[in-house]
Amino acid sequence: MTKQQANWSPYDNNGGSCVAIAGADYCVIAADTRMSTGYNILTRDYSKICKLADKSVMASSGFQADVRALQKQLAARHSIYQHQHNKQMSCPAMAQLLSNTLYYKRFFPYYAFNVLGGLDNEGKGCVFTYDAVGSYEKVGYSAQGSGSTLIMPVLDRQLKSPSPLLLPAQDAVTPLSEAEAIDLVKTVFVAATERDIYTGDKVEIVVLNADGIHREYMDLRKD
Amino acid sequence: MMETGSYGSTLRYKSVERIKPVGKHSLLGASGELSDFQELLRYLDELILYDNMWDDGNSMGPKEVHNYLTRVMYNRRNKFNPLWNTLVLGGVKNGQKYLGTVTMIGVHFEDNHVATGFGNHLARPILREEWHENLSFEDGVKILEKCMRVLLYRDRSAVNKLQVWLSIHTLHFVLLFQAIDNLRGDRLYGSKLDVTDYVFIILPLLRLDPTLSQIAKITEEGVTISQPYSLKTFWGFSAFQNPTVGAEGSW
Repeated sequence: MTKQQANWSPYDNNGGSCVAIAGADYCVIAADTRMSTGYNILTRDYSKICKLADKSVMASSGFQADVRALQKQLAARHSIYQHQHNKQMSCPAMAQLLSNTLYYKRFFPYYAFNVLGGLDNEGKGCVFTYDAVGSYEKVGYSAQGSGSTLIMPVLDRQLKSPSPLLLPAQDAVTPLSEAEAIDLVKTVFVAATERDIYTGDKVEIVVLNADGIHREYMDLRKD
Repeated sequence: MMETGSYGSTLRYKSVERIKPVGKHSLLGASGELSDFQELLRYLDELILYDNMWDDGNSMGPKEVHNYLTRVMYNRRNKFNPLWNTLVLGGVKNGQKYLGTVTMIGVHFEDNHVATGFGNHLARPILREEWHENLSFEDGVKILEKCMRVLLYRDRSAVNKLQVWLSIHTLHFVLLFQAIDNLRGDRLYGSKLDVTDYVFIILPLLRLDPTLSQIAKITEEGVTISQPYSLKTFWGFSAFQNPTVGAEGSW
């Protein structure tokens, strides 16, 4: 009598791509709004972006239930932080919290691929990129999710990030203007939509700058 | 509202309801394991009871119930002991319509129309094409009947029996319907439509006599159920006449 094996997986990949670009005084965070499972589209209008704090916005793709649970967890922790410190969390602080939260479930991970974008305490844009278990790095730009392999090379060419190996440490943020960065984001999403079946429908673009937070949408191919 | 709980390919239980009202504002439908659905109903009973006991004039609406169900399903999945259901939760509260779904691993979302199982493949494309805001009740029923007809034609385990649940509320309605699959568990197809004064759910019924559909109506005051009715189908295509005429010896 053979042992009965589990025939269900606790994970699913609901697809989608996320991008964030840091500028001198702004940060652009974007994600598509398609949610899929297998070869089906579940819904065309689902936001992967979550505002964690005034100056921290996270975009996550992967397994949607884990993404939601992670967002809830971080929001709750931020609420506690505000009660204890009487101020909002800074983006670098949130970055560390996200890393710790992910690693906490190192042996049953959140299947979530995150980019955290925001403004640091000086108002400069910052982007942090993560893997599913919390390994993270501050970068000038990043892409995660199903379209990341299609998007990242394009961003590399356009944004010419200096190597972290160069000394003295060079600025990671792009010299592009805000409008140029938004345009670049739209371009890469259109490109990814062409070839990645899990990316499409709409792209939601959130921009953080000194004036606050601004959100816009752009239609993508629905096939 | 007769429905079956199947056991493999046997129609084991023939008086099972797969859509239940939850609180004053919502209807919950489930596909998959019936015993797990029954347990969920017990959890929801307790939830609604404790909500009522506050006696503060507030009541759990569909959004709240949907969130609760999502958390329950996700937490069970975390313990590697899932409730083997796909749930559809629809309702109207204070004029706001809501339609959402949760799967057994906790994947959840809200949309204008949802479906489970085969409905995702067959019904949702039709709904995407034909759904719009300001659908009338009659048009809504027509669209759903169209979906059900396609499912009846193309899903070997569907039957020609429908039931409609109707809930009256101000200015919006939610239309939810369910096909009973006698071989593989039931499916749910939901569509959120904007119309005056209705919230309704359509349920295809499984029974030995596959000729009936019903409309059930749930209002602020109570529940009424229509007489069963069946969909008009056409089988007289020439290709179906004398199907073996080109293959001697076949039957």
